[in-house]
Amino acid sequence: MNKPLRRVAIFCGLLVLVLMVRANWVQFVQAEELKTHDNNRRVAIERYSQKRGNIIVDGHAITGSKATNGTDYKYKRTYENGRMWAPVTGYASQAYGANQLENLNDGILTGTDDRLFFTRTIDMITGKGKHGGDVVTTLNGKAQRAAYEGLGSKKGAVAAIDPKTGAILALASTPSYDPSSFAGMSNDDENAWKRLAKDKDQPMLNRALRQTYPPGSTFKVVTAAAALENGKYEDIDEKTDSPLPWQLPLSSKNLVNEGNIPCEDATLRDALRVSCNTVFGKLGDDLGKDKMREQAEKFGFNDPEVDTPVRAAESVYPEEMDRPSNAMAAIGQFETRATPLQMAMIAAAVANDGKLMKPYMVDQLRARNLNVVEQHRPQEMDRPLSAENAQKLQEMMETVVKDGTGTRAQIPGVTIGGKTGTAQHGVDNSEKPYAWFISYAKTDQGSPVAVAVVVEDGSADRGDISGGGLAAPIARDVMEAVLESEGNR
Amino acid sequence: MSSSTTNTTTIGAMGAPSRRNTELAMLVFAVIIPVFAYANVGLALNDELPAGMLAYGLGLGLLAGVAHLVVRKFAPYADPLMLPIATLLNGLGLVLIWRLDQSPRLIRQAAGQGISNSSAPTQLMYSAMGIALFVGVLLLLKDHRVLQRYTYISMVVALILLIAPVFFPARFGARIWITIGGFSIQPAEFAKIIIAVFFAGYLMVKRDALALASRRFMGLYLPRGRDLGPILVIWAMSLLILVFETDLGTSLLFFGLFVIMLYVATERTSWIVFGLLMSAIGAVVVGSVEPHVNVRVMAWLHPFAVYAPNPPSWATTEQIAQSLFAFGSGGIFGTGLGQGNSDLIGFAAKADFILGTVGEELGLAGMMAFLLLYALLVERGVRTALAARDPFGKLLAVGLSAAFAIQIFVVTGGVTGLIPLTGMNMPFIAQGGSSVIANWALIAVLLRISDTARRPAPTPAPSTDAEMTQVVRP
Repeated sequence: MNKPLRRVAIFCGLLVLVLMVRANWVQFVQAEELKTHDNNRRVAIERYSQKRGNIIVDGHAITGSKATNGTDYKYKRTYENGRMWAPVTGYASQAYGANQLENLNDGILTGTDDRLFFTRTIDMITGKGKHGGDVVTTLNGKAQRAAYEGLGSKKGAVAAIDPKTGAILALASTPSYDPSSFAGMSNDDENAWKRLAKDKDQPMLNRALRQTYPPGSTFKVVTAAAALENGKYEDIDEKTDSPLPWQLPLSSKNLVNEGNIPCEDATLRDALRVSCNTVFGKLGDDLGKDKMREQAEKFGFNDPEVDTPVRAAESVYPEEMDRPSNAMAAIGQFETRATPLQMAMIAAAVANDGKLMKPYMVDQLRARNLNVVEQHRPQEMDRPLSAENAQKLQEMMETVVKDGTGTRAQIPGVTIGGKTGTAQHGVDNSEKPYAWFISYAKTDQGSPVAVAVVVEDGSADRGDISGGGLAAPIARDVMEAVLESEGNR
Repeated sequence: MSSSTTNTTTIGAMGAPSRRNTELAMLVFAVIIPVFAYANVGLALNDELPAGMLAYGLGLGLLAGVAHLVVRKFAPYADPLMLPIATLLNGLGLVLIWRLDQSPRLIRQAAGQGISNSSAPTQLMYSAMGIALFVGVLLLLKDHRVLQRYTYISMVVALILLIAPVFFPARFGARIWITIGGFSIQPAEFAKIIIAVFFAGYLMVKRDALALASRRFMGLYLPRGRDLGPILVIWAMSLLILVFETDLGTSLLFFGLFVIMLYVATERTSWIVFGLLMSAIGAVVVGSVEPHVNVRVMAWLHPFAVYAPNPPSWATTEQIAQSLFAFGSGGIFGTGLGQGNSDLIGFAAKADFILGTVGEELGLAGMMAFLLLYALLVERGVRTALAARDPFGKLLAVGLSAAFAIQIFVVTGGVTGLIPLTGMNMPFIAQGGSSVIANWALIAVLLRISDTARRPAPTPAPSTDAEMTQVVRP
């Protein structure tokens, strides 16, 4: 009987061996995946097991942690002026996970990031316990307040960046939500979450980064840049070849202007000043869709990975279309779509003499002992236009504010360049248009701020909705806040 | 007669050392390691040595000491490793259970059901009962061959034990308990031993008929129809257990046990082929027909389906997912005792899923150590079978060892997601009285067989003739 006995011995050994292989598979090969699985509550337990690191604006924490009496989670996230800052911070909820900065920098905030290993080890040895690090943002509290309060009860978004570096200064979206309201696990939190999720106004949508709008006339800045860059016109004060009325190519329809404005053979400067659809529509058609798209892409369009680090939605200049559609796209209609951040980037690139800096909102990540773990260095993203052409475009945009459609953005003693936009949308343009304004301010030290404002307001009369009327004052307040905080005024 | 006979088939060379002192030395470690583990849990949870540490250490030491003394006196040549391994596993199991007793989540959950979450003291009591049974077996069973007389009685008792749970209410979806008053036992754990006795006795008698009277067909020896009868009966019975008691583990255990013992008795590979074929058929048919088993298979294939926005109707428990999370979160070195969250598994964390705590808090390293301990225990059992001199002892030892191995495979495979989950206990470490008591009895029987196997043959009585010759001296 011994031969089969030996075989049984081997068989039993194999059974255990299989178990060992399986244990290695689960605990080594699959370990990371299981450890960070969405449904593994340990992730959240760890996240809230100690005071979470903070998100810092102007040296001041806009987040906090509060002790709770639950068995799973010791601390709960709190937010200071959560509604205003939600587009920046995102949320960190015990029940519903985290998003935006709270999620992307979770390792630092929780203290599990590998780069904190050394600090963590020291803390462990000295018995201080684990503690998360901080995320220092580039945002400007005053500008953010101006943006948020400027939007008020209107629906819209503001994005402001520093053209010289790409640092994001303001990022507001209304209507907003308070991430504290569902940070915990209670029934109240659940109700708040459900209410927000069901809200038709989508308060949890980050309009400044994650929503694309037809940019309307503000896109004419891009078309003007394309015209200058491609040598279509060199002097912004030379007459353009622009008939009025102008019939859309391959079509019997005329492209019309808003009101009776002097657009026939208008100079580029004047065409931008009064916002001539005919001039820029024809420019787009003359340049062709490929050159238009190329120019738009240099400004950041059609790039699905604009990470601030929170990823912005992809702004689109359409690829496949016929000539009339291209002419419409060149004035920011048809399927052209842009996020407020994208439009701020356009203004910033023009203000920064043609150099587009990569937008970012995290300046540094630091450990609890203030050691800097990661420092952001401004990066050039692209160079959409030459310095010379950028300065020409600046002159044009400054004319718009001085005596064009954007006069309401004027700030005494400061050079402001801007462009208004009123974007039609909906079937047959039936819905209330979006009011746009993009602008930048300029001082002796270059431009400290570029801003884009979009207001999608259903409450105003259709006639009143215009970039110059609704959006320009908000942009002005934001620019003024930045200028003030930088000591330029 | 030299004492260094190198015979590979039997350990029991004449005059072999009893190895009782080896056992004692190992037992010291087997008691000290759990005591350290206990201290570790206390320090991790409350920053202080647990108050019960001394009592616990003394208790475990006392149990181990009594067991050792009884072995020294009544089974002096028994295998020296089995008792220390069983003690170590039992001791660590108590620590793991005590650690889960401290879990706020489980305490709250138990309070919600109006019961206490304190299981370690009860488990210590069951362990003591297990040792008592161990002592009893060694005292009363002077020779394992006595069991051979009870072959058919064993069959009847085993059948009763297996069938009885059908008449008692199901708990957690499986009818594997007999509940009398507030007291419930899992008869399958005891039936495991008794049925091994029956198989060993039956096969010892029938092995020649089963092995030799067969026709050759396509390279396989087909047994005669009447010899095939018993295997069909056992097969049908294990399927019936599966259907009526919805107990996948026990059914697999009995069928596997029978096939292995049949193979050892007859040395015919054809039985293995038959066995695998029949269990495959049985598994597929029952798996697709019987809803409870079907649910378990689906839950095994899709452990995370329960988290889907609209979970399918069979996805009712997150146990397997939580168990996998526990293992994965433990990683290679584990979180350390008392510092994991394996209690998220829920009410079964101390019983079927106790290995989840091992995996999370002691890590892959701990899991490997535990599996090695079990492997060692099983292989010592098979070694005992090799060493045994009588066919009944060989069959019984291999049957008990194989049952132990299959149980380990089924439980560990289930909680690590290798095979569908079955409701069985991990021997010695999981919470549950029946399991720990029965497994101590199992170890006692194995020790008795190994003692008989290794015991030196009695020295031949001096013959009178020899005396006579001695007288004739110059």
